[in-house]
Amino acid sequence: MNEIPKLRTADDIPADQKVKFYQKGTFTVGNRLVDADERNVQSSMNRSNAITSGHRACQGCGEALGARYALDTAMRMTGGDMIAANATGCLEVFTTPYPETSWQMPWMHSLFGNAPAVASGMQAAMKAKGRNTRVIAQGGDGGTVDIGFGCLSGMFERNDDVLYICYDNEAYMNTGVQRSGATPGGARTATTMPAGEAYPGNVFGTGKNLPKIAMAHNIPYVATASVAYLQDLEAKVEKAMSFKGARYIHVYVPCPLGWGCASNSTINLARLVVETGMFPLFEAEHGQVTATRPIRSRVPIEQYLKPQRRFAHLFKTDAGAEAIKKLQAMCDYNIAEYDLLRPEEETV
Amino acid sequence: MLKQMEGSQAVAEAVALCRPEVICAYPISPQTHIVEHCGELVREGKVGTCEYMNVESEFAALSACIGSSACGARTYTATASQGLLFMAEAVYNASGLGLPIVMTVANRAIGAPINIWNDHTDSMSMRDAGWIQIFAETNQEALDLHIQAFKIAERLSQPVMVCMDGFILTHAYERVEMPSQEQVDAFLPPFEPQQVLDPANPYSIGAMVGPEAFTEVRYLAHDKQMQALNVIPEIAAEFQEIFGRDSGGLLRKYQTEDADTIIVTLGSVAGTVKDTVDEMREAGKKIGVVTIGSFRPFPTAELRKVLASAKEVVVLEKSFAVGFGGVVANNVMMALQGTRTHVNTVVAGLGGRPITMPSLHKLFDRALAGKLEPVEFLDLQWDIVNAELERQRAQIASGPTAESILKNIQVDTAHGGAAGHAAE
Repeated sequence: MNEIPKLRTADDIPADQKVKFYQKGTFTVGNRLVDADERNVQSSMNRSNAITSGHRACQGCGEALGARYALDTAMRMTGGDMIAANATGCLEVFTTPYPETSWQMPWMHSLFGNAPAVASGMQAAMKAKGRNTRVIAQGGDGGTVDIGFGCLSGMFERNDDVLYICYDNEAYMNTGVQRSGATPGGARTATTMPAGEAYPGNVFGTGKNLPKIAMAHNIPYVATASVAYLQDLEAKVEKAMSFKGARYIHVYVPCPLGWGCASNSTINLARLVVETGMFPLFEAEHGQVTATRPIRSRVPIEQYLKPQRRFAHLFKTDAGAEAIKKLQAMCDYNIAEYDLLRPEEETV
Repeated sequence: MLKQMEGSQAVAEAVALCRPEVICAYPISPQTHIVEHCGELVREGKVGTCEYMNVESEFAALSACIGSSACGARTYTATASQGLLFMAEAVYNASGLGLPIVMTVANRAIGAPINIWNDHTDSMSMRDAGWIQIFAETNQEALDLHIQAFKIAERLSQPVMVCMDGFILTHAYERVEMPSQEQVDAFLPPFEPQQVLDPANPYSIGAMVGPEAFTEVRYLAHDKQMQALNVIPEIAAEFQEIFGRDSGGLLRKYQTEDADTIIVTLGSVAGTVKDTVDEMREAGKKIGVVTIGSFRPFPTAELRKVLASAKEVVVLEKSFAVGFGGVVANNVMMALQGTRTHVNTVVAGLGGRPITMPSLHKLFDRALAGKLEPVEFLDLQWDIVNAELERQRAQIASGPTAESILKNIQVDTAHGGAAGHAAE
């Protein structure tokens, strides 16, 4: 096992942290600093625009960022010939405070648990009408791994021509940060409040790995993505749109409000979760992993946990220390399973 | 063309003639034969370009209908009983979004205890969901109402539930007049949606509405139903013009002109009630029948016109508001507010219990004599009820009620008389 580097404290990421530009520029500022032919599509004034500005998302909302990049890409791929079904949740609420709507595309919200089924019906209607309009469904982790799970599995099993995107911020944020089936062990939520040694936050269940469950349906395409790697997310949406049939992308989206972290830490946490091994980035086709993203510089789980108040209690008790060990073990397991340490490969 | 066929088959063929573009199916007794035959017709290429979706639950079935209808596709599904309850959230959603979906409910009881036979508890549980609810009396009417339902739904941009009695209609073979495709095409124009998800003209559907406008939005849903009070008879008249049959409408009167006592009912039991009334008329008794065709919207004014001159009204219904009494009767009482007409509730036929002419004769004779209790239960076996109550009083850990009654009824068959064995 590699030597674990020294812990970074919360002070290492102060609110006035200077923006660091990586070699190819940072995608979050639209790449306007690099040569025109190397620029990200987001820097173009003529870029597709599925979700326009002015919505009511919190500062640093990972979901808003992920949804915009994902849907802009899908819009570009389809020439705008697409529609979306949206589960109830933050994304639905913050984009449609009528009479304002952020959606520059046909969009519908029906219920919390039925977005995949609504999307299935949409694609059936398009098929019956002989149209090529593509259908996207989207929801948060609660709408996807919990209440919408039955409909999602049905949509997968029938191989309906729908791209489902899950924006995973690991709890029910819209209702005030309650535990979901995607909440990690040890995390504090409004319904998993830690109580000293007796209860160090959310229980470690057996987990509900939805990308793997999606793969078990043998659907054409499954991918995980994180909003720290927006070009990677765009590439995956692009690839997903090149397939017909059921496709699933699970996007990791930090929630500063729910996690108790600084609103400018979204990208950093979205990167750390990948670099710890906690959230492996991969693609799979027809049930087989086809690509993984290697870790550039491995970091210990504490470095990811520290900046988040939802994990603060873990650093105070012996039971918490045990929980941290379990989380680190999960990272180690993922790193081994997906062979994520490949120093010979150059990463972006 | 005259055909001898099962009610479910007749409905499936009528739906096919309406050229639906999406049909969602999840099986539940007694609806299965409808969706099975729909699937057959689609696969045989008899429904034009139609997508037939086998989904994983009723909740998904109606949710998929919501998606397809919002894309401007003529959409159909069918369910019953627990299935209707499982889709309840989507039932309200479909009407709230104003989507003209047509859904058959093959009426069946709601458990527990689980029961697959007919009554109207399922539809009645959704009476306030904003759907138009029309009830068929015969298989011919069930067939006709489905053709009318698409027209009503699309004219108002509201979903329509066609209610037909499970087994009694769905599984009964009867002679029906099956219209031709030309007739249906002449009656039912292609679906032109009031709202549609279209990339050429994108808009958002399903936004949150707060206290500033929610009441107005809900009132407008009520207004749609009030419009339906005109639209339903209009469409029934248009139907008669093309098909030559008087079918549908808000309500039907039978021998009501001079009647002192009027039985109000809905669904297939109306036939048995009319036969009974015929025999009583022969004996010189002034009794008549009103069959409610449209339960939602409720034809309050029309009903009042017919019933206000009667002395006694007996609402015979296959639904039961536990802890209160009659669901339909409550609506009838509202319609008769301020009149001197007296309304009695008779709960009958729950969970498929046969409603027989001898029982109806006894009941109606007592009604004519003014001897009915405000709420009655037709053919309720009081000995079994009392024995079970006694057993429960004797023992706190008395176990499950339904199973205990079944056990005692079995003992009963062998030895005669439930009461003697019940309090063990």
